[in-house]
Amino acid sequence: MTAVVAPTPAAAEAPKSAPTAVPRADRRATTWLTWLFLAPTLLGLGLFTMVPIVGSILLAFFRWDIISDPQFVGFANFAELATDPTVRVSFLNTFGFVVIAVTLQLAVALFLAVLVQSRMPAWLRTFFRSAFFFPLILSAASVSLVMAYLFNAEFGLVNQVLAAINLPEVGWLTTDAGAITVVILVYVWQNFGFTFLLFVGGLASIPRDVYEASSIDGATGWKQFRAITLPLLSPTVLVASVMAIISALQIFDQPYVLTRGGPGDATRTAVMVIFESAFQQLEFGRASAIGIVLTLIIIGVTALQFRLSRRFVFYS
Amino acid sequence: MATTLSGPLPGVHTPPTRTRRERGALGSAAKVAVMVVAAFLTLGPVVWTLFTALTPLEAGTGERSFGLGAFADVFVQVDMWLLVWNSALVTGLCAAGQMITAAMAGYVFAKMEFRGKGLLFGLVLATMMVPMQVTIVPVFLLIRGMGLADTLLALIIPAIPTAFGTFLMRQYFLGLPHELGEAAALDGAGPFRTFFSIFAPLAAPGLAIVGILAFNYHWNEFFRPLIMLISEQNFTVPLGLVTLQGNLGTGSVATVLAGVVLSMIPALVVFILGNKPLREGLTAGSNK
Repeated sequence: MTAVVAPTPAAAEAPKSAPTAVPRADRRATTWLTWLFLAPTLLGLGLFTMVPIVGSILLAFFRWDIISDPQFVGFANFAELATDPTVRVSFLNTFGFVVIAVTLQLAVALFLAVLVQSRMPAWLRTFFRSAFFFPLILSAASVSLVMAYLFNAEFGLVNQVLAAINLPEVGWLTTDAGAITVVILVYVWQNFGFTFLLFVGGLASIPRDVYEASSIDGATGWKQFRAITLPLLSPTVLVASVMAIISALQIFDQPYVLTRGGPGDATRTAVMVIFESAFQQLEFGRASAIGIVLTLIIIGVTALQFRLSRRFVFYS
Repeated sequence: MATTLSGPLPGVHTPPTRTRRERGALGSAAKVAVMVVAAFLTLGPVVWTLFTALTPLEAGTGERSFGLGAFADVFVQVDMWLLVWNSALVTGLCAAGQMITAAMAGYVFAKMEFRGKGLLFGLVLATMMVPMQVTIVPVFLLIRGMGLADTLLALIIPAIPTAFGTFLMRQYFLGLPHELGEAAALDGAGPFRTFFSIFAPLAAPGLAIVGILAFNYHWNEFFRPLIMLISEQNFTVPLGLVTLQGNLGTGSVATVLAGVVLSMIPALVVFILGNKPLREGLTAGSNK
């Protein structure tokens, strides 16, 4: 990978587009500029992304605690992933979380993106758009601190409200189902605004005369939504779901701050296990193996997007 | 800059006329009502945070009273100024570094011809696919090897090269006419002057997007500081607040929430001043 970032071999090349009238000194300066300007980005990405990828792959085949010498263990780290109950639970948790959170996120975002298009004063539309987008700029860790208080089983506002309307109080962060629900709600609360923005952009690009033509044919409301909006929005829906899936697969801040993965392992996610394996149990090889599996899943999702977009998505 | 908040999004000028006859005013009112509920649920926790921070429990009486006591208490419980300074340093240097390196690399990928350009740009884009959580272990080991463990540089240096920023700036420079450079060359400007005095100033809006996104990300980030930093004197704001909550338990809700409110102020300023570039930047990756 280091060959990629070595600027010298190609540095002698003159820029092809430079007109012949350009003086030699300028041509040399152009070459200088090219590699000087690329160097920080290429060297930086090489050192802090490419080298770590290779390092991660290598580490996954070793058992290493930083202190003693690394020990080659072949595929043992990967084999352990399948047998280790914590790792297995964390991946199942992550998959379950992704399915529910992403579905909820897309549904809420689409619903609100369609609603925000309806007739209302411009300032009101701006207010709604800003409100839905606002949580995105907050820190997930701080948001989780706030939500931990709101969902506190003893004195949290949520249970107070439930009690006030004569509903049973819920052990939000103390029961498995409660903790999972809170992590999902907090995550979706903070992230639906992103999908919402994508859908607002996608809806705006649907030509209005399509609706007008279908109105003349007698199509209304729900029928138009199914026959026009959804198919024409499908490229946006696909991109939005892939981005949402990739981001949800990497969830860490919310469960770490809200529950530390508990109760038991109920909200332990894949990235939490990477963190705990590496930085609490000093199992760097195992952490790398989990990271590689997670990356392969993410690449798989991206590849699936490309396949699906060829088969199912309508482009106008 | 208040206009950035009040202007409609491009293309969403007026709703389709289709619903006018069928639904009428009643349907619109119902829709607005649903959205008011959604906005209440979205902003409610933020308003509650502010309200609770401003009404701390009195030590003796157990009564809530309005005041800034909780805000004063944050500075007693934790070195808030130091947390803010650390976060500002990391955020500022990451943003500045990303803007500079992305402008330079994006310019070269947009305007220069050289052997291997397509391959190198492809590699830059490929690094975007790799989640940070996967490279964090080797990055931690690298940082430790460089003797930077438990320093703010551990957060800054690896974050400066930016594939996404480079991509964004390349798109931006591609949109600027090539003739600008040729005209400058005819006037005798060398390649460096052409970049610094012609192209770089014109790319300011693109740079603003890169800077604002970097600010938003690094001001709020938690995962990397949690891993890279050990000593409390190096903590950034989110890490400091989570630690504070851990130390105080559930006793001083208002104090922790006062800290959360303080941490939101810079993000809020950016949200108001940079609403449009923030929106454009966040969704930029989905358009191409």
